[in-house]
Amino acid sequence: MKDVVKTFLGRPTGIAGLLLLAISCLMAVSAPILYPASPWEMSGIPFSAPGENGMLLGTDTLGRDIASGVMHGARVSLLIGIVSTLAALFVGVLLGCVAGYAGGTVDTVIVRFTEIFQTIPSFVLAILFVAILSPSLGTIIVAIALVSWPPLARLARAQVMSVTQREFVQAARCQGQSPLSVMFRHVLPNAISPIIVTGSLTVASAILIEAALSFMGLGDPNHMSWGYMIGAGRTVIRQAWWMSFFPGIAILVTVVAINLVGEALNDALNPRISRS
Amino acid sequence: MERRDFNKMLLACGALAAFGVSPAPRALAQHRDGGLTAILQPEPPILNLALNQQTPTGVVGGKIFESLLSYDFDLQPMPQLAESWEISEDGKTYTFRLVKNAKWHDGEPFTAADVVFSCANLLMEVHPRARANFDRCESIKARDDHTVVFTLKEPFAPFILAFEASSAPILPKHLYEGQDYRNSPYNNKPVGTGPFKFSEWVRGSHIHLTAFPDYYQEGKPHLTEIYYRIVPDAASRAVAMETGEAQLAQWMDIETFDVERLAALDHLTMTTKGYELFSPVLWIEINNRREPMNDKRFRQALMHLTDKKFVAERIMFGLAKPATGPIASTTRFFESDVKQYELSVEKATALLDEIGLKPDSDGKRITLRFAVAPYGEMWVRTAEYFRQAVAPAGIEVILDSYDIGGWASAISNWDFDLTTNMLYQYGDPALGVARTYISSNIRKGVMFSNTSGYSNPDIDRLFDEAAVETSDARRQELYSEAQRILVEDAPLLWLTEQRYPTIYDARIENLITTSTGVNGNFAAARYAE
Repeated sequence: MKDVVKTFLGRPTGIAGLLLLAISCLMAVSAPILYPASPWEMSGIPFSAPGENGMLLGTDTLGRDIASGVMHGARVSLLIGIVSTLAALFVGVLLGCVAGYAGGTVDTVIVRFTEIFQTIPSFVLAILFVAILSPSLGTIIVAIALVSWPPLARLARAQVMSVTQREFVQAARCQGQSPLSVMFRHVLPNAISPIIVTGSLTVASAILIEAALSFMGLGDPNHMSWGYMIGAGRTVIRQAWWMSFFPGIAILVTVVAINLVGEALNDALNPRISRS
Repeated sequence: MERRDFNKMLLACGALAAFGVSPAPRALAQHRDGGLTAILQPEPPILNLALNQQTPTGVVGGKIFESLLSYDFDLQPMPQLAESWEISEDGKTYTFRLVKNAKWHDGEPFTAADVVFSCANLLMEVHPRARANFDRCESIKARDDHTVVFTLKEPFAPFILAFEASSAPILPKHLYEGQDYRNSPYNNKPVGTGPFKFSEWVRGSHIHLTAFPDYYQEGKPHLTEIYYRIVPDAASRAVAMETGEAQLAQWMDIETFDVERLAALDHLTMTTKGYELFSPVLWIEINNRREPMNDKRFRQALMHLTDKKFVAERIMFGLAKPATGPIASTTRFFESDVKQYELSVEKATALLDEIGLKPDSDGKRITLRFAVAPYGEMWVRTAEYFRQAVAPAGIEVILDSYDIGGWASAISNWDFDLTTNMLYQYGDPALGVARTYISSNIRKGVMFSNTSGYSNPDIDRLFDEAAVETSDARRQELYSEAQRILVEDAPLLWLTEQRYPTIYDARIENLITTSTGVNGNFAAARYAE
C-alpha cells in the first residue's frame, strides 16, 4: 500500500490530475454556497461579455450567469460520471466474474451477450436509450451505465480467468472453500487493479457521453450541465464565444484530470513499476 | 434532428475555417434580365401543388402553377388567372373572368374548362384544404370559355381567399382528365400556366426552371431562369448567401441568429414582408381542463408573468413581434383594443391568492409540467424562459422532453399541463383562428384542433356568425368582440407573431409583391438597372 501511494505521488502528472480533479469537486461542492440562486435564473443582461455588468464569465443568450452554470454543471457532470460508472462497474464486474470463474457454456453465453452491446457504437446506443426512455437524470445514468459495462465485463473476465489458474486459488479450492469465498477473498483482490484503472477512465468517458447527449438536446432539461451550455451557446459562437468556451474548458479540465489520475493509478497499482 | 444539428455544427466549423482564410469571390454581375439562384430547403417530395402543399413545394410550385387570384400585403385579392371578378349581393355567387391569352407550358390554350376540372374534380379528390372550401359550392360552372361561376350553398366570406396558388392550383384538364391524378407522369414534369416552366430536377442537387416565353403578361417574366439549389446544411446556406453564390433565401433557410449578420451585408437585403397569408402566432398552450388552469384567474396570472418582448427579442432575435391576442396583427380583423396584461409579479400573486393557491413554506404554490415541443432550439429556450418567468410567483414548472410523435400524441390526447404551439392563420380568422377556440373543434386525437379544451358558447356563436357574415364591417365587429372575450379569458398565452426573413440580392426589385411572398410567381422580379 505504501508503495502504491509513493509511486502515485512520485508522478507529477498524477499530482496535477489530482489537483485539477479537486478543483472540479470543489466547484461542485461550493456551487450552492457561491451561487445559491438557480443557474437557470435570468439574472443578468443577455449577451454580457466576461467581466461586463458584474458577470465574471459573462451571460448567455437569455441572461443566465455562465459562472453559475459552470459551477452547477460540475455537480451534474460528476454525479452522472460517478454514479453511472459505479453502476457499470457493478454489472460489468459481476458478469465478468461469473463468466471468468464458471467458464464453459455460461462463459460463452455471457461473452456473446456482451458482444451484442459491443458491436453497436456505444454513443449511438446511448442516444437510443435516452430517446426511448425520455431524458432525465435517472435515464441518462442508466443509458450511460448500459453502454459502459461491456469493456469492464471483458476485462474482469480476463483477469478472473488468469488469476483462477494460479496455485493459491487452486489451493483455496482444494481446502474446500466455497466458490463465493474463493472469489471474494482470493480472486477479486488480485484481479481488481486494472479494473479500478479502467473504471476511473470510464468516469471520464461517462462525463463526455453526458456532455454530448446534453449538447444534442438529450440532457435532463431541468438540470444545467456543461454539454447543455455548449449546445445552447454554439449557435451564437461567432457573436459570443464565452457561452460555449467556459463550459468547454470545464469539461476539458475534468476529463484530462481524470485521465491523468487514471494513468498514475495504473502505474501505482502495477507491482512491477511501484516496487522497482 | 439533434444529430443533424451536430453535423451542421461540424460542417460549420469547416466552412468557417475555409471562409475565414479566403473570402470567395462574388458571383458574376447579373444583367437586368439575368437568372436567379435561390436556396431550397428541404427538398420537396414532388412539384405538383395539388398533391402536396408543404412549404418547399409551394416555393417552387408557385412559379409553375397559378390560381385565379393572388393577394396583396393586406390580403386583398389581386388578379392572376382571373382578370376580374364579382361577388353577388347575397355573397353566394362568385363570377371570375379569366385572362384570354394564357397558355399551358405545352402550348395548349388555358380555358374555363381547366378551372372547372381542377376545382370540381381534381382538387376535390386530392387536396384537403381545397376540398373544405369547394365543398361549400353548390355548383362550379363555366359560363363561356373565359368565365367561371362558383355558386355557394350559403355565404362564406373567406371563400375569396381560397384562390391562392397552393390553396387551389389550376392544373391542365387535357393532361389530367381521366388519369390517376396521384400517379400521373406529369407530376414529375409539371405543366402549368406560370411565368416559369419546369426544365430539370436533379434529386439532391437542384431544380431548374426557365422563363416561359408565351406567358400571358406582356414582357414578363424578367428573370431568364431560376435555379433552386438544395442545400441541407444551415451553415453552407449562410455561406452561399454571403458569397453571392445564391441570391435568395427564404422561410427558415437562414438560422435566426445569422439573419442580422447577413442582412447587414452590403450586397444583401432583408424583408419580413410576404408571409401575411400564413402569419403564424406562437403561444403557450394551457390545458383548460385541469386544476387550477381551468380557472381564468390562474391563466391571467400567467399572462402577468410572461414578458413577450423578451421572448421576441431574446429568443427569436427580433424575428417576431409580441402578440396581443389570438389574431395576428398582419391578417384581417385584428383588434388592438383588448385587455393589456401588465408585467407584474404582484398582480399575478394577488390573483393566485384570490383563487386560494397559497404558498407552502418554500414559497411554492403549485407544480406544473411543461411538454417541450421537439422542433428545435427556439422551442426549448421558450420553455426554459417560461419556467423562470413564473417561478417568482411560486409556480414551479418541470420540463419534459418528447420526441415528435410522443409530443403530438400527448397534446392531441390532452395529456399535458403546458406546452408551446404555433398555427398558420391562412389570412382569415374563419380559416386559421377559429379552429383553436370553438368547442365544436374539441376533437380528441386530432392535432391542431382545440386541444386546450377551451369552451365558451359566446365565442362559438361569434365565430359561427362571423364565418357566414358577408359584410366586412359586421365581421370586424364580431371578431373584435371575440378577441376581447378571448384575451380576457386567456385560454392560451399568446407570445409572439412569428416573422420569417427573406434575404435576397439587393439588386433584385419587385421580388416580394404579395402576401405569399416567396411562394408567389416572381413574374415581376427583375434586376435593377
